[in-house]
Amino acid sequence: MEHVLEVKNLHKDFHTKKGLLKAVNDISFYIAKGETLGIVGESGCGKSTTGRAVLRLVEPTSGELYFEGKDILKLTRNQMRQFRKDMQIIFQDPFASLDPRISISEIIAEPLRVFNLYRNQGGAKRVAELMDLVGLSKRLVNSFPHELDGGRRQRVGVARALALDPKFIVCDEPVSALDVSIQAQILNLLQDLQKRLGLTYMFISHDLSVVRHMSSRVGVMYLGKIVETTTSHTIFTSPLHPYTKALLSAIPIPKYGMKRQRTILEGDVPSPINPPKGCIFSARCPQVMEKCRQQAPPLVEAAPEHTVACFLISDKLGK
Amino acid sequence: MSDNLLEIKGLTVEYRTDGGTVQAVTDLRLSIQKGETLGLVGETGAGKTTTALSIIQLVPNPPGKIVGGEVLFKNNDLLKKKPDQMRRIRGNKISMIFQDPMTSLNPVMPVGYQIEEAVMLHQRVGRKEAQQQSAKMLELVGIPSNREGDYPHEFSGGMRQRVGIAMALSCNPELLIADEPTTALDVTIQAQVLELMQSLRKEFGTAMMLITHDLGIVAEACDHVAIMYAGSVIEYADVKSLFTDPKHPYTRGLFGSIPSLDEEVDRLTPIKGLMPDPTDLPPACRFHPRCPLAQDICSQQVPANTEISSGHVVSCLIYEGLVPGYEE
Repeated sequence: MEHVLEVKNLHKDFHTKKGLLKAVNDISFYIAKGETLGIVGESGCGKSTTGRAVLRLVEPTSGELYFEGKDILKLTRNQMRQFRKDMQIIFQDPFASLDPRISISEIIAEPLRVFNLYRNQGGAKRVAELMDLVGLSKRLVNSFPHELDGGRRQRVGVARALALDPKFIVCDEPVSALDVSIQAQILNLLQDLQKRLGLTYMFISHDLSVVRHMSSRVGVMYLGKIVETTTSHTIFTSPLHPYTKALLSAIPIPKYGMKRQRTILEGDVPSPINPPKGCIFSARCPQVMEKCRQQAPPLVEAAPEHTVACFLISDKLGK
Repeated sequence: MSDNLLEIKGLTVEYRTDGGTVQAVTDLRLSIQKGETLGLVGETGAGKTTTALSIIQLVPNPPGKIVGGEVLFKNNDLLKKKPDQMRRIRGNKISMIFQDPMTSLNPVMPVGYQIEEAVMLHQRVGRKEAQQQSAKMLELVGIPSNREGDYPHEFSGGMRQRVGIAMALSCNPELLIADEPTTALDVTIQAQVLELMQSLRKEFGTAMMLITHDLGIVAEACDHVAIMYAGSVIEYADVKSLFTDPKHPYTRGLFGSIPSLDEEVDRLTPIKGLMPDPTDLPPACRFHPRCPLAQDICSQQVPANTEISSGHVVSCLIYEGLVPGYEE
């Protein structure tokens, strides 16, 4: 299958007062055309930085980034601009991501104006079309963001992302700020749009049930690394990495009598500044071995389409 | 005489703003028995927090005002208590854990002292004894007592919430109100905190009102559940009946909106529309504009509380036989 995005050994470091923060630490993955790759992890694991780095909204420190086969990290600012039409982002906070001083129609039209396409693409008619596509009623054209509730605001964010007819959209926690009944409406909208427009998504969330619902494949992140990647079905039925298992068992299931054996992780996520030596999860892992503290486990293919970075698995496979 | 620890009858709370009067809670009825956990579930603006604040009379006034009802705590109406009587109950017999552990602790005081303060105030003991009690509480929630001199910013979110729990439990309350205690935390930390709350609750036999929007937490931690919508409880049942046989169309809608972890669902079935504007609530049944089964009568007649089986109460005209229900 054709890969829309392919990421190889991506790094993003931040220099902080306390030392070097490795927000994204050597990650590789691909996203095939028309699919949704879910990225899941707890706060501070680097999932949002990854989302921004693949769009070059934050400049990666090193690595390779192929968009439809072209290494976009090698492009100049001007060359990159052309690619930006094809790659868009929907942000988490529908309050902070919309300019409070301009109207809904102007917000949606802004990407078109930036690329001087407003006239060509039909101007106000195109905006109306986009609003219709995301289920915003026409009477809201001249409203301002503060007049809308969270769900409608997020629809504006979606319409803006769609304005330039992108191929690939990073959805960075698009429903985390919304109530469940509204969350479901937006999730359905994103799925419908994907089917209709043939979009490819990278769907970032801390909520595993949402990720499972939206994605075909899932990558689990911990402290700047992807520790496990597989299909969304497998990750829930037979996870391999101890962190994935713990994460899954920590989620309360909304069903009666579903109380499960729970692995409670000790302590907090360690700081990404000077992370533990060896396996990044070794400080909290219930199955930690001596060598986990010394060296980092390689990412190995445990089954087709199923990669995991854990000595428990790689030793068994003899890799 | 009942064995209800807390009984709320007809509670109505209003917020008076320039934009008009907002009825945050309308004619609310609830009860909690000794030692049980009641889950209070609803979306933003349903009136969950206002209900909790009304119990301990911390509704900000102005603009908030409790305009009617009774809050009976061991058969004493708390709404009739004088401020100084209330102070002796609050933090002592009834205490609260707040949602955001960052803002509910005093940033310029060591955490140990913040716990001691409550102990000294309510148990009339000296500094030394209070200090011992505070150290004991910190150990109990899994914080080494040598950290009692640390300030809140030196703790992580999960640790801060543990401090909040230690503080709330320091005077051995009979009722603990936990307002979204884990919403600000990551799942693995949430699991730690929930586990801790459960085990402490069992140890002390404390009754708890757990406010949350997460039905998963309710299934796991609660004995009874009350679902709130636009200021009223629309369904009340024990956990088993609510999860296996939800009756109110809103409750069913909530279940249809949650993506499932253990089942493949292609498409969610969300509730259409939005939460009503609190300054302009729909007449009669407040859910009728969003209800898939609504009939004309739903906008004219206020549904009563119908007990459809023992302890399972729904307020919907379907169960009064006035509107056709679901085809089973």
